[in-house]
Amino acid sequence: MDALTLHSPILAVAIPLLAAFATPLIGRLSSRARDVFVIAALASMLFVVILLARDVYEVGIRIYTLGALSPSQAIPENHMVPVRLVFEVDGLGALMAIITAVVALAGTIYSIVSIKPETGQNRFYALLLLLVVGIMGIQLTGDMFNLFVFLEILSISGAALAAFRTRFVDAVEGGFKYLMVSTVGALLFLLAIGIFYGQYNALNIAAIASAMQYTVLDQVALALILAAFLMKSGAVPSHWWVPDTYTPAPAGTSPIMYASSLACLAATFRMLFSLYGVQMSLATVGWIVIIAGVLSMFVGVTMALRQTDIKRLMVYHVISQEGYMLLGVGVGLAVLSNPEALAAYGREAIAGGLFHVINNAFFKGLLLLTAEALFFRLGTRDLNQMGGMGRTMKWTCAFFLIGALAISGVPPFNGFASKLMIYESTYLFNPVLTIIALIVSVMTLASFTKVFQSAFTGPALPQYKEVREVPMSMKLGMGLLAAATVFISLFPAFVVDTIIYPAADALLDRSGYISAVMGGG
Amino acid sequence: MSKIVRTIAQAVMPFVFLFGIYLIIHGHLSPGGGFQGGAVVASGIALLFVSFGFKYVSTFLREDTLSAIESSGALLFIGLAFAGIATTFFANFLLGSPVFGSIPVTGPGVGDIWSGGTIPLMNIGVGMKVSAGLSAIIFSMMLIASKKRGGEQ
Repeated sequence: MDALTLHSPILAVAIPLLAAFATPLIGRLSSRARDVFVIAALASMLFVVILLARDVYEVGIRIYTLGALSPSQAIPENHMVPVRLVFEVDGLGALMAIITAVVALAGTIYSIVSIKPETGQNRFYALLLLLVVGIMGIQLTGDMFNLFVFLEILSISGAALAAFRTRFVDAVEGGFKYLMVSTVGALLFLLAIGIFYGQYNALNIAAIASAMQYTVLDQVALALILAAFLMKSGAVPSHWWVPDTYTPAPAGTSPIMYASSLACLAATFRMLFSLYGVQMSLATVGWIVIIAGVLSMFVGVTMALRQTDIKRLMVYHVISQEGYMLLGVGVGLAVLSNPEALAAYGREAIAGGLFHVINNAFFKGLLLLTAEALFFRLGTRDLNQMGGMGRTMKWTCAFFLIGALAISGVPPFNGFASKLMIYESTYLFNPVLTIIALIVSVMTLASFTKVFQSAFTGPALPQYKEVREVPMSMKLGMGLLAAATVFISLFPAFVVDTIIYPAADALLDRSGYISAVMGGG
Repeated sequence: MSKIVRTIAQAVMPFVFLFGIYLIIHGHLSPGGGFQGGAVVASGIALLFVSFGFKYVSTFLREDTLSAIESSGALLFIGLAFAGIATTFFANFLLGSPVFGSIPVTGPGVGDIWSGGTIPLMNIGVGMKVSAGLSAIIFSMMLIASKKRGGEQ
């Protein structure tokens, strides 16, 4: 078990990578064996991630040096290479790894039946696993260029998955838009890496952070990085690709694609806090993040209100909810150089933002799956053509209710817990922000009431007389995310103390992040 | 294509493949490596398609085979990385062993092909993946192009 913990950072990436390339070969033999193999790979990844997370919470930051004589030897003995390729896992990395592993397992279990009508399933699973590799790698790596490589893996597999159901015209369009956004974002990020490498002769995040001089070039690099990652996570003003890409994406991949957006968001936070930290002009950068957050919240929800396509509506809420996360963390960032304010509400705001990340990954993923469950049975996503589905699809209806109540911030669900943390802390910072956030929350509730009313209630429609509940595996996939949502709703204090505060503290502890690799401290 | 093109292609083909394989195998000693060599091999396949036509080439080159080679190449690469996990992932466990184990002298020289540990083997894995992957891309493009042409006629 110790050896497994020692190698857990790389195993969390290597297991899905190995599985991704083995899947097409196994799929040639039997599709049933392939399904079992994919699920087993993701389950073992979840197990490794839990081991890793437990270790990080108990012992502290865990680093893993690839190809060295021992995993903890980040800097070679005779300094032939400045710093090797290092994986560095802190509280934030552990939090995001847990999210990714749970969501990936749920989405894949859901996919087993829901992808059956499509052709090329071997490729589907290979791409799905590669997407998981990309998301996981972004969270765990401690190296800028490695991060870029994982970003590319994520982008290419994500674009191929979005366009997977080519029989729908909009799928190809969505995939193409995603590919364009990803390419532009990745190139901006690559330019930033070039700036760092030219100045500091290092690619390791901790090594760059320890040498950071905050020159004009570094500010340019910061702007490039912010633009690249906010673009990839779909914050306003570069939100336009999100609905087009997520809506046609195959059912089970939607929550995993969403996790990839959250991964890019977490990477933004990592760059802002661990790479740059307190010495940059924090109020300015903090306010940029806050404004991006408030705009995302408001634009997302107002555009969601008028949608009639159920999945598209939910995808607009993706943008809106990301605003809350940006708002929370942005407030924390704005007061980072002010210890009193940080202790009073800054840490709380960051924790609230990160708590909203994990909550959203589960309940938003659940909602996207319920939308696809309706599409799977009815063949339409148009709310005006639905009605009375609560009578025949009871499980889906129940799962939808859990997700909808949680996302609208209705107590006692977990969405309420994380939103409350954000409200309380932003109120101390600037009450106007809190009022906007509250209004957005009410509008969210309104739009989900509309969905519930038009899809699930009302008389049974004659054209859907034959419709039955979705198959077992889809129920299992949704059930897993619903269980996670309910668990956090029941024990919010436990979850916040065990996994959210360590993640927030990991963001605040920049010197700890550096010294884990560079030594000293 | 015309008889001239086919004759020339036939004469050049062995050298293209040979050069690709050379780049792959000498990847740890000279400029080149798995990706570059794989691309050269795939360009040989492209030459084959262009000069002899899709219909003829697809009788002996199948997409199934290509994707199997591609997956095996990637598996070889990751498998070698996994094999080092007794020390660390990607550790060069073959260094000093009888297989590619010799340690060449430092400084300028022609290099020792029998060195590098896992690196030449990984180059072969990458070479398999890249040559098969790029060939599969060319294959699909030719497939679509030949279908279109068939539809028009």
